[in-house]
Amino acid sequence: MRFIFKRSYEQDINIWRHGGDLFWYGLLLVGLLALPFGLDRFFVGELTYIFILGIAGIGLMLLVGYTGQVSLGHAAFLGIGAYANAYLISKGVPFLVSFPLAGLAAALAGVAIGIPTLRMTGIYLAIATLAFAIIVEHVFANWNTVTGGFDGLPVDPPDLFGYELLEPGELYYLALLVLVLILGAAANLLRSPTGRAMVAIRDSEISAQSMGVNLAWTKTVAFAVSAGFTGLAGALYGHYVSYLAPDNFNILFSIQLLLLVVVGGIGSLHGAIYGAVFLGALPQAIAIARDYLPDSLAQMPGLEPGIFGVILVLFILFEPFGIHGRWLKIKLYFQLFPLYKRATFKRQKAYLRTERLH
Amino acid sequence: MSFFQARNLSIAFGGIKAVDDVTFDVTRGEVFTIIGPNGAGKTTIFNLISRIYQPTGGALTFDGLDITHLPPHRIAGLGIARTFQNIELFERATVLHNLLIGRHCHRKSTLVGELLFLPATRRMELAHRRRVEEVIDFLDLAAYRDQMILNLPYGVRKVVELGRALATEPKLLLLDEPSSGLNVEETEEMAFWIEDIKSDLGITVLMVEHDMSLVSQVSDRVLALNYGRVLCEGTPQEVQRDAEVIRAYLGG
Amino acid sequence: MDLVAVLGVRCWEAALTDLLPWFVSESQLIINGAAKGCIYGLIALGFVLIYKATETVNFAQGDLMMLGAFIAFTFIAIVGLPYWLGFLLAILVMAVIGYALDAVVLRYVIGQPQFAIIMLTIGLGYVFRTLAGMIWGYEPASFDTPFTGRVATAGPVTIGQENLAIIVGTVILCAVLYIFFTRTRIGVAMQASSQNQLAAYYMGIPVKMVFSLIWAISAGVAVVAGVLVSPLSLIDPNLGFLGIKAFAAAVLGGFGSIPGALLGGVLIGIVEQLAGFHLPAGSQDVSAYVVLLGVLVIRPSGLFAQVGRKKV
Repeated sequence: MRFIFKRSYEQDINIWRHGGDLFWYGLLLVGLLALPFGLDRFFVGELTYIFILGIAGIGLMLLVGYTGQVSLGHAAFLGIGAYANAYLISKGVPFLVSFPLAGLAAALAGVAIGIPTLRMTGIYLAIATLAFAIIVEHVFANWNTVTGGFDGLPVDPPDLFGYELLEPGELYYLALLVLVLILGAAANLLRSPTGRAMVAIRDSEISAQSMGVNLAWTKTVAFAVSAGFTGLAGALYGHYVSYLAPDNFNILFSIQLLLLVVVGGIGSLHGAIYGAVFLGALPQAIAIARDYLPDSLAQMPGLEPGIFGVILVLFILFEPFGIHGRWLKIKLYFQLFPLYKRATFKRQKAYLRTERLH
Repeated sequence: MSFFQARNLSIAFGGIKAVDDVTFDVTRGEVFTIIGPNGAGKTTIFNLISRIYQPTGGALTFDGLDITHLPPHRIAGLGIARTFQNIELFERATVLHNLLIGRHCHRKSTLVGELLFLPATRRMELAHRRRVEEVIDFLDLAAYRDQMILNLPYGVRKVVELGRALATEPKLLLLDEPSSGLNVEETEEMAFWIEDIKSDLGITVLMVEHDMSLVSQVSDRVLALNYGRVLCEGTPQEVQRDAEVIRAYLGG
Repeated sequence: MDLVAVLGVRCWEAALTDLLPWFVSESQLIINGAAKGCIYGLIALGFVLIYKATETVNFAQGDLMMLGAFIAFTFIAIVGLPYWLGFLLAILVMAVIGYALDAVVLRYVIGQPQFAIIMLTIGLGYVFRTLAGMIWGYEPASFDTPFTGRVATAGPVTIGQENLAIIVGTVILCAVLYIFFTRTRIGVAMQASSQNQLAAYYMGIPVKMVFSLIWAISAGVAVVAGVLVSPLSLIDPNLGFLGIKAFAAAVLGGFGSIPGALLGGVLIGIVEQLAGFHLPAGSQDVSAYVVLLGVLVIRPSGLFAQVGRKKV
């Protein structure tokens, strides 16, 4: 079992715990950079989609996993980012300007829903975000001059100083770059006072206030950052699908993003990535499984949501800590072998009503 | 002008007057204890000072500043810290993490600085860490530094709660029943810490307590409450001899 | 004092001359809205029952209603049973399913954070939808009711008998439930279990069974809603989406308040009808959510707020 010997405070502040971690992450990055050269176009596209989901997942994870604010309509921010970016590009704005502006637009929308919901808790907040998302979807469908309504909006490829990113491989690198930057920003936020304040709000609002945490400010920042990151993912998503329609960003997509968070492992950035891989690979897995299912089952239109539902239920029942949680358990098992105890991760259940309130 | 004043402080929940016209002064550097039976309004007063509740009457003044209607998150920045009766720590975080949250009122980093983790932010993080380590040294928490709160025994959690309050570098420390749930040894330790807090750190302590031996040992002055009203105020000996206090609370 | 009296009289006059006629002319919309609203209210009632007892937020309530409607359809249209018998059997079948759902699935997540349980029930909703699609297909279905196509008139107001049945049915059901919860030991046991499960156990209350009974009742209420709404909107697996509006209704009224759930439902139903008529096309759906957001901003815990605050 590796024992981390700490010699300086920097070690605790740094994002990686020791040289070994850095090595493995570096190796992963090199591998991802090399992948497009060997892989089929199709899989490059799939990985690009996974990166985009990862960015959106990090955004949602910051809000749900770390600040404890449930958002049932996060696809709205995805859509706002996508439409803003596509619209600006169609007006001739260069990508390097339209991209951050799209994120900003989504962040402002996050503030727009964050501020009215400051005094709401739990289920009220969740439903308010759902209502917001439905209203935004309605706007997408009806604001014809900007979004093209049900006719849709074509998305031109990103234009970097005159060089157009037409190849799927190029979008891949762009998405990967943005993912790494967002991951870094999220990790930075979490090791700073604001990140700690967000976690404090999740665990106990009252004592957070007593420690000087400004609830309104921190929740608004959490919403803004979360929405902003998701908006950036949306902008990339627009380039990925190259044609936007209002029903791309419906409730099902929001639920899928939540599925990402739950399956990946709530409360960890790793979880966002695992969840993105899972969610991105799932449609492929279903398509492959369809070949093995009897015809009546395979041809059914509503199969995909049903499978999402089953997976969601199974994970909540059997692995509420998600893939990341399962990975930690496995790692701990090998580290502590043969002394591992299953009860290590047993969660203390909250039987008292006030324990479940905030 | 005393360091901390409550003047005619009142709060009513519906028809019940939880705190009724309470007036007291706390001088700088002393340990001031509030005693009384359960339901007397002691923790309610703390919640009023922390601004979790809104008073229906009266005023609170701290170091010359009227804090009666401030928002709750401003209190820590002024130098008032508190512990909670039922321990309100952040369960799924480590001890270190909890103490670092105590430093939040001294946050000087900007959001952009944090997202990019600029060198200035890094320096401030290291400074926060150093201050928190001082608290850990003071309270002997080094062994528990990286453990999650939900794995710790009750006695240690109480100390961490105290540590988190100390990490805010307060001028006035509100301790809500510091010895509740602690055994004799732990209560002795707590008494020594309160004395050290007063003499070494120069922090004024306002305390709610039931353990009369602890009260006698550390307090400079005591206030007795019953049904939200003041019964008596004075030195521990004076209050313990007061007839009304004996009848309402101490018995015998 | 004089000024107040004058203002008061003015308001009353305005009410009589402006509000009342508007009310009468809009009455058709209002009644239809109230009827649809009762459906939302019934589904919301199901949510709130479960929430008050177990603190579980059941996002699958709308889909339970959908299943109930389909089961009733099977009994009435396919098997050929008389309406009331099929109705009753559907209630019983769904009650059993509701009980089983709690006993088999929900029991294992007691004590987990609310978010996890919300996700679980959302997942269950999707599963139900897919199952319904597999069993009954995606073609809309319907069955004959004693109320179809008949109307009742009262003065200038005409009301379809389906709508009348919905309103009357809701009122009767609420009265029955009210008596059940306030006059029986089980009702008290349910309250106790919701406050502190551990203590309820210690008092000898079979908490698990009590919770499962609540789910059974809730599922039964969902069936009533489903059968009553079937003449208005055809039965298909997506019927459960009414549940989202019902959710908005429950939140609007104040989650945890039974009269609030019904009031919220009726309010949303009426707002929808008025919006559908007076506002441009497509606003009908969105109007409910705009109203919801508006109310929540002013009263963050709904109209009949029942917020429990953590005591420190």
